[in-house]
Amino acid sequence: MPLMERLRSKDLIGLEGITREELELIFITADTFRVFLERPIRKLPTLRGKTILNMFFEASTRTQASFDLAAKRLSADTVSVSKKGSSVEKGETLLDTLRNIDAMKIDAVVIRHSAPGAAAFLARNTEASVINAGDGLHEHPTQALLDMFTLRREMGDFKGKRILIIGDILHSRVARSNIFGMKAWGADVALCGPRPLVPEEFRAMGAEVSWNLEEEIPKADVIMALRIQNERLSESFFPSVREFRRLYGITPDKIAKAKDNVILMHPGPVNWDVELDPRVTEMVKTVILDQVTNGVAVRMAVLYLLLAGAKEEENGTTA
Amino acid sequence: MGQLLSGARLFSPGDGLDMRGDVLVENGRIAKVGKVDPAGHEVVDLTGLVLMPGFIDLHAHLREPGEEYKETIETGTLSAKRGGYTTVVSMPNTSPPIDSPEAVRFVIKKAKEAGHAKVIPAGTITKGREGKELAEMGLMAAEGAGMFTDDGSWVSSSSVMRRAMEYASALGIPVASHPEDGSLSGKACAHEGPLTLKLGFETAPREAEDIAVARDIFLCGLTGARLHLQHISSLGSAELVRRAKDTGLPVTAEVTPHHLLFTYEALQTYDTLYKVNPPLREEKDREALLSALADGTLDAIATDHAPHSPFDKEYEFPLAAPGMIWLEMAFSALYTMLVLPGKLSLERLVESLTTGPAGVLGLNDRGRIREGAVADLVAWDMSEEWEVRGLASLSRNNPLFGKVLSAKPKRIWIDGNEKEL
Repeated sequence: MPLMERLRSKDLIGLEGITREELELIFITADTFRVFLERPIRKLPTLRGKTILNMFFEASTRTQASFDLAAKRLSADTVSVSKKGSSVEKGETLLDTLRNIDAMKIDAVVIRHSAPGAAAFLARNTEASVINAGDGLHEHPTQALLDMFTLRREMGDFKGKRILIIGDILHSRVARSNIFGMKAWGADVALCGPRPLVPEEFRAMGAEVSWNLEEEIPKADVIMALRIQNERLSESFFPSVREFRRLYGITPDKIAKAKDNVILMHPGPVNWDVELDPRVTEMVKTVILDQVTNGVAVRMAVLYLLLAGAKEEENGTTA
Repeated sequence: MGQLLSGARLFSPGDGLDMRGDVLVENGRIAKVGKVDPAGHEVVDLTGLVLMPGFIDLHAHLREPGEEYKETIETGTLSAKRGGYTTVVSMPNTSPPIDSPEAVRFVIKKAKEAGHAKVIPAGTITKGREGKELAEMGLMAAEGAGMFTDDGSWVSSSSVMRRAMEYASALGIPVASHPEDGSLSGKACAHEGPLTLKLGFETAPREAEDIAVARDIFLCGLTGARLHLQHISSLGSAELVRRAKDTGLPVTAEVTPHHLLFTYEALQTYDTLYKVNPPLREEKDREALLSALADGTLDAIATDHAPHSPFDKEYEFPLAAPGMIWLEMAFSALYTMLVLPGKLSLERLVESLTTGPAGVLGLNDRGRIREGAVADLVAWDMSEEWEVRGLASLSRNNPLFGKVLSAKPKRIWIDGNEKEL
């Protein structure tokens, strides 16, 4: 049984400030949906009559599809709006856009936006539940939840385990959400990558910071590689791809020194042979595709916990 | 026959003046200070009020020409007057910029027509504020420009800045710099620190300012020209200014009310009202600025009054326009939030709004209460409480809206003529 029945907020903006109890509630709920997703008919009536708006101001295929699928599996109606860039390019302020949304009487909005704070801003200005699918460099809470859910399925309670996140931490909202979530769960988080991409101020968030991957790999229980974007090269965050691969890429020679039961994760899409050598996937346990399946279950859990009211529960339509 | 302003507490710390007494105003100037025989004069009773020199703002964006929906010279100078300012320096980053004598003449004409606070236009350093070719500084000076600045942009070419400072010094006019190394600040919209790293902002370190300040100070040493540093916001820059002054360089510097009152902790909620440039920094910066103001390292408080319509602020934080409006409540806010709690002396606050900025502009007869000075005077009720709302500015981008502040101007004289408030 869940220790608590509801999340404390109407929104999921980030994992900063989340409690272990809330994380347990989300994971236990997701467990149920995860089992259900293995069945031949994968649709529940739980959110029938609810309308969810997917607003993606930044290009996304996997996250958007995952949210859309999660909503449909729960019988919610979904409307998707994809806009490249920001509202400002249309001469419309963000607040204008939000006022329009509120006028549409939506139950939940899933928003991805290039500006940090966009989801929080939306949440303050609408009655609907707001789920942050990524706001600039700030947070991407459902990705971190599915990472943690995946770990929990693989290794049970990972409290006290050491999670090593490698690569472009500075520009990663996934890393920030994972730091908050993993710390709230009770795990240790270490960050490693080129110093310009791993500023030591991350220590203020409770993470360890290192610029030497060879020293870090043997200590890790979980290794999470982040995608390296090509534009970081032109911005002089590091000198070359081959140098990155040599110093910070996860390669067979480095992984040979890892713990035997180490688990390798990647939030995708992978830049093969940059941050991750494909041969490594044959050497250690990888959960990259499990992460994708688990993503649907976790997003179903979040939608369910934010949207399913007491009325539906009385009718016995809980999962 | 003059006007005899009688019975007020006369407070002009730049003149060492703090006493009950009279001020005789004749022909737009102060004729006598102290005890004056009222016979033959029109007596104005100011008992219970504090008479101070009219304030001088070194840094106001009046937005005209080009962005009259945010502010006009008329509404901006009316706001200034209602805030106790008798002179404002208008920034030239309008559209088109004030980079020609014709444009300077336009600003002066508009300000005269409005008839509120006086305006000293700043002209640009370079044509189009592009940092490449010098603007016609001599012709602009002849029309009344009193400062040159490319405010909003740093003149990043050291060579262009060197020539500008040499040229302007021969005209006797200070060059003011917006110190920001753009190659380091990039597309940042916030100060770099643990909080903004966590919040996911694109950030710039305070060194983006410090590096620019250091270069400008070196050029001041090279040219001997007067250099004014605008909106100093970091502890490092304050220290650089202090050292430059210690070595006798003709450097002056200003600080804004928002950098004295707020820190980047306010960005926690992504409230775009707190988006300013340079960005709000940390508590240690704010404390360093307050001590630098107290010890005279910083000469002036300049508002950087930056009106923006609500729409300009309703965008995503990185896209929202930077700046706050201040003219109508700067003194009251600083008095209420810094002087009353004992963080800043009233003497330094008033100096930094009167003789401080006058010195930056090289004006010895403004911002003072003494014989021969221009009769720009404001009588304040220091205990009157008022709520910030319904201001004269066309914009309302300031987080203090709705707050109750102390001190309100009750009567104002500009060039010896009493004006409506």
